[in-house]
Amino acid sequence: MATITEKILAEAGGVKRVSPGDIVNAKIDVALTHDALCGPVANEFRKLGLKEVWDRSKIVVTPDHFIPAKDIEAANLYLEMEKFVREYGIQNYYPIGNHGICHVMLPEEGFARPGIVIVGTDSHTCTHGAVGAFATGIGTTEMAAVFATGKCWFRVPETIKFNITGRLKRHVYAKDVILNIIGRIGVDGALYMAMEFDGDTVKNLSMDERFVLCNMAIEAGAKNGIINPDEKTINYVESRTNTPFKIFKSDENAVYREIIPIEANKIEPTVAEPYLPSNIRSARELNNVEIDQAFIGSCTGGRYSDLKIAARILKNRRVASNVRLIIIPATQKIYLKALENGLIKIFIKAGASVSTPTCGPCIGGHMGVLGKGEVAIASTNRNFKGRMGDATSKVYLASPATVAASAVTGRITDPRDL
Amino acid sequence: MEIKSKVIKYGDHIDTDVIIAGHRLVHGSNISLLAKYAMETVDPDFHKKIAQGARIIVAGRNFGAGSSRQQAPEVLKESGIKLILADSIARIFYRNSINIGLPAIIAEGISSITSEGDILTVNLETGEIKNLSNGKVLNAKPIPGFLMEILKAGGLVNYLKNKLFSERLV
Repeated sequence: MATITEKILAEAGGVKRVSPGDIVNAKIDVALTHDALCGPVANEFRKLGLKEVWDRSKIVVTPDHFIPAKDIEAANLYLEMEKFVREYGIQNYYPIGNHGICHVMLPEEGFARPGIVIVGTDSHTCTHGAVGAFATGIGTTEMAAVFATGKCWFRVPETIKFNITGRLKRHVYAKDVILNIIGRIGVDGALYMAMEFDGDTVKNLSMDERFVLCNMAIEAGAKNGIINPDEKTINYVESRTNTPFKIFKSDENAVYREIIPIEANKIEPTVAEPYLPSNIRSARELNNVEIDQAFIGSCTGGRYSDLKIAARILKNRRVASNVRLIIIPATQKIYLKALENGLIKIFIKAGASVSTPTCGPCIGGHMGVLGKGEVAIASTNRNFKGRMGDATSKVYLASPATVAASAVTGRITDPRDL
Repeated sequence: MEIKSKVIKYGDHIDTDVIIAGHRLVHGSNISLLAKYAMETVDPDFHKKIAQGARIIVAGRNFGAGSSRQQAPEVLKESGIKLILADSIARIFYRNSINIGLPAIIAEGISSITSEGDILTVNLETGEIKNLSNGKVLNAKPIPGFLMEILKAGGLVNYLKNKLFSERLV
């Protein structure tokens, strides 16, 4: 009687079983870093005086934050990353031209597999729990230690299970579901815990949507988000990698800290107001909020299915004259597919600005930074103070559908009201 | 190890974006430069308070929420902060803080017995916190043993270096 999180951590720790509170020294299967932090990790790693990393085949480096280099500093960070990759012979490197947002790249390239332990120097690494892996974010120094030893300690978390049942209404998506969950339990409602998403609603979600659910577990303070693998998961992973994997699932009688039922059919298109992802309102309640910018992209809004939904809304419509709509496909593969299927044409005809894969706008990096007092609605995952630019700017979080609808009207808009 | 200092007080959910903004991270490992921007969006007087002798941050719930950027505890340490006490601390921030050798204690109730400018003495080994300004005492759970070892070594890199070195000798 154990949860999936407990089973994976027991396996990785080389012990028969674990209970919440136990400390395990887990073997790491995939270690992920990106342009913003690879250089700093390399600096820490070099201090250890080792000639080699623990396993060149298990490290994945995917530049995404400040690419293509937004300024000289970013260009130098990129160089530090490349130097490290070359010097230590890192096998899985996705430089510009073959690039994309790390949390979309990792599953796309077959690195996110059921039953494994994934760490990344990015808090949204919890995304990959959607394939039934244990995945979490760590810092620079800790990653240097992983590069050296291939191990990382974890305190086994208690698990909160979210039993999500029922049909989602039209134009309600995983983003709306997870914003409602965070709104309900608060931004520290799952601090140090695992969030396990279960129920028939989750089973009916596409893998793209499941990644969004797990991605935002960190916004409730969780250690990891996780979904028990099913046939959909196995098909998704097997079509992307030949590497074998082991399936773990929570037992029927596993012990949870709490089981929270979520009625999917009661969820409306949802928006999180500044400055916390838990400040939720329905899109309709915020209909009087005027926006300066709309952004569709990031690790919670730049997948192909997100672009398809946006295209359906933007087809034969125009972005409001006083609004900038920025659309950024999450990876090169997604970008190409969107181009081939005519989505990019729809976006440009609607008056959107479309650009190469990057995390840029979400972190106020580049490609859509907000100025004094500006208001944006974004398909991203954080609306902290100054997140997308000036400290006086404001970010409202929503699904790509709600963002697209809002871009058309110039005000926060429920996509069903268009 | 005992730390005695004046307090800088913050509320709940101080996230890593306000500790050090995402767009500043282009400066990578240049922590002395990054430190100039610490807390810029929420507390423009941060560095002034440190110059006036405040070296302990006391915060409410969920301090350090959000991003995994280690530059967040690094800029606080670089600016002169010696200790973080909060009702609760976000997990990645907590690990990062210990890993770079900046003590952090989860001390539930600390924000309700502390005001900006109070003087605290904190015993890192026992978790005892005394507020010398109002006489109140809080016994927090001490920092777990193996994390204390990391702190005493000055952070994870030094700890690991010592460990790898001694393993090689064996």
